[in-house]
Amino acid sequence: MVASKTDIIARLQKEILSLGGYKSSLGIVQESSGLSLLKHFPNAVFPTAAIHEFVSSSPEEMAACSGFISGLMSSFLARGIIVWISRGQTIFPQALQAFNIEPHKIIFIHPTKEKEIWWCIEEALRCSSITAVVTEMQDLNFTNSRRFQLAVEKTKVTGFILNAKPGNPNASACISRWKITSLPSHLEDGLPGVGHPRWKVELKKIRNGKPGTWEIEWTGEEFIEVREQELVIQIGKRKTG
Amino acid sequence: MSKRFVVIWFRYLKTDWFERREPELSKQPFVLYANKQNRMIVTAANKMAVSKGIYPATVLADARAVLPSLQVKQDPPDFFEKKIKEFAIWFIRYSPLVAIESEDSIIIDASGCTHLWGSESAYLDDIVKRLKDIGYTINIAIADTIGTAWALTHFGSEYNIVESGQEITALAHLPPESLRIEFEASERLHKLGLHCIYDFIKMPASVLRRRFGNDFIRQLQYALGYLEEHIQPVEPLPEYHERLQCLEPIVTATGIEIALHQLLMVICGQLKKEDKGLRTAIFKSWRVDGKIEKIEVAVNRPSSDVEHLFGLFALKINTIEPSLGIELFTLDALKVEESNKEQEKLWKAGGELVDTGIAQLIDKLSNKIGEENIQRFLPDEHYWPERSIKKANALDDLPATKWNGNINRPVRILKIPEPIKVTAPIPDYPPMLFRYKEKIHKIVKADGPERIEQEWWLEEGRHRDYYYVEDEEGFRYWLFRSGHYDGGKQDRWFLHGYCA
Repeated sequence: MVASKTDIIARLQKEILSLGGYKSSLGIVQESSGLSLLKHFPNAVFPTAAIHEFVSSSPEEMAACSGFISGLMSSFLARGIIVWISRGQTIFPQALQAFNIEPHKIIFIHPTKEKEIWWCIEEALRCSSITAVVTEMQDLNFTNSRRFQLAVEKTKVTGFILNAKPGNPNASACISRWKITSLPSHLEDGLPGVGHPRWKVELKKIRNGKPGTWEIEWTGEEFIEVREQELVIQIGKRKTG
Repeated sequence: MSKRFVVIWFRYLKTDWFERREPELSKQPFVLYANKQNRMIVTAANKMAVSKGIYPATVLADARAVLPSLQVKQDPPDFFEKKIKEFAIWFIRYSPLVAIESEDSIIIDASGCTHLWGSESAYLDDIVKRLKDIGYTINIAIADTIGTAWALTHFGSEYNIVESGQEITALAHLPPESLRIEFEASERLHKLGLHCIYDFIKMPASVLRRRFGNDFIRQLQYALGYLEEHIQPVEPLPEYHERLQCLEPIVTATGIEIALHQLLMVICGQLKKEDKGLRTAIFKSWRVDGKIEKIEVAVNRPSSDVEHLFGLFALKINTIEPSLGIELFTLDALKVEESNKEQEKLWKAGGELVDTGIAQLIDKLSNKIGEENIQRFLPDEHYWPERSIKKANALDDLPATKWNGNINRPVRILKIPEPIKVTAPIPDYPPMLFRYKEKIHKIVKADGPERIEQEWWLEEGRHRDYYYVEDEEGFRYWLFRSGHYDGGKQDRWFLHGYCA
């Protein structure tokens, strides 16, 4: 009887999620399962077919966000065509290879006017043949984010908005809000040189999920969570010591 | 079906044009003159002047002697050549094939067009009325051949309709000059007492050829339709061309959309039958006031998809100004290519670049923001960062070589490297700190140097020593020193990008 009750609650929760515009992304295998980050998402699956907002205020943060988004796209989304919308060519396509993305499958779009950016994003999100749309913009407002959200619910495209507005971001209808900051990299045994990119990932807002903060590293193949790994090492040391 | 040609002769094209602007000129004798061989020659005379016996080609001084009150203006050189061309383009609303015959006559190939106005007389009436409304006097004729129509406009009456096959009767009483023959030939005909076409039309061709030359015979055959005469249209007719005449002038966007949709349906239907698709198309709206509004679209892959093409045109419909109304719509497929349906089905699978959905998205975006603002990159076999990528030309271009993935490159690159100030301890060591935009970054970790040489066969210049560095806050940068280390000089370091 109790079991059936929890079943019912789980089913109802799923129903509520789907009513709220959230569709579980079936058919996409999400491999990096070791991340506790995933547990904070609804159904413990990275939400595709939704708009994610990333706030950043400096070029360094923009770079960190671009890297992190690229990692997300290669780990959690199906392989496919990516549309990257920005005012000018700031991304160095060759570098995205390091994030398991084939740079020639990115179409860069550079609208020249502010108005055209909105139009381009919406058109791109409405095209079901592409996998993801990454946009760099300033000043995302609620109305636009709502429009984007409605567009992706139909086409199942995942949208990433890199909001480069200094200060507090506006309210938006995006499913999540992230902030990515670089952290010093780490190489084992104090070897000289720079290690894998490492970030402090703050999930500030997530619809139907729990916000949280993690330290995450991109190994060139997948995301790993830093704290857990270090903890394991420490325990190992203690045992031998 | 026999052909029908309309010839329009503007009898007073030049003076009519001036009279439209200065109406008082029409009430007095008025001529235009030009300087020819140091003499002032009359080039055009209005109706009043002609009735007083002043014709073009008279010397201006003589004309003034005849009529001291003569109004005189200089003939603007080359101006009326442009005017007649404008007229010819304006006449395209009556038929797609319009040609300029001479500086004041226009030929229209009206085959299969006149029924749209009800009858041939209604067709001609419409032309005459509209030109009269704007102040031009014309002679007009419609016949099976250009020669006959021309003869009747220039030597017949103001308004002529020659029924099919009636050329000989129509031409019978006209002088031989009306056949557009050389002056010598017509002079000889007159000398021999052959004052009208009827006098010699029954003579055997061999006899006429011997006396009056080949050219004369050819013109006669043109006029009678024994030889087909070709015209050089002002606007060449594309292979895929559709037109839609409107009963009433269209002024609303909805009206334009309906017209566009209809034209697209016809053209796309035709293209589909032939397994072809269009790459560029132009949609023209012919306004009542003579202006033409054009919108053009281009697509990445040959397309015959009505809805897709309509969507592309729809983005630009609001740039059309209907003004007083649009009376004719035309759609030309300027560039047509073979399209392969089988392949299109395979592409529906998605996830790859050659996908109809993506092609359509790119079409839409490039028609709105410009093709140059949409880019895709392929690897190029160069280490020099600016040259290591090249723009892809087409949507289905795939990399010819592999992406070089196992080297550190910044995610975000600066288009032009920014100069920075650094403190470096020893040559070829990474710097200890650098200053960029008034902020000091202490470098904690670094990789490098990675030396990248200029390719001397492409460009001369210094090599760059790149360092991948991380500062104490954990931000990662891509710096380089241009050229060799040389002691105190600090200004040769640059920031080239931000790493993830």
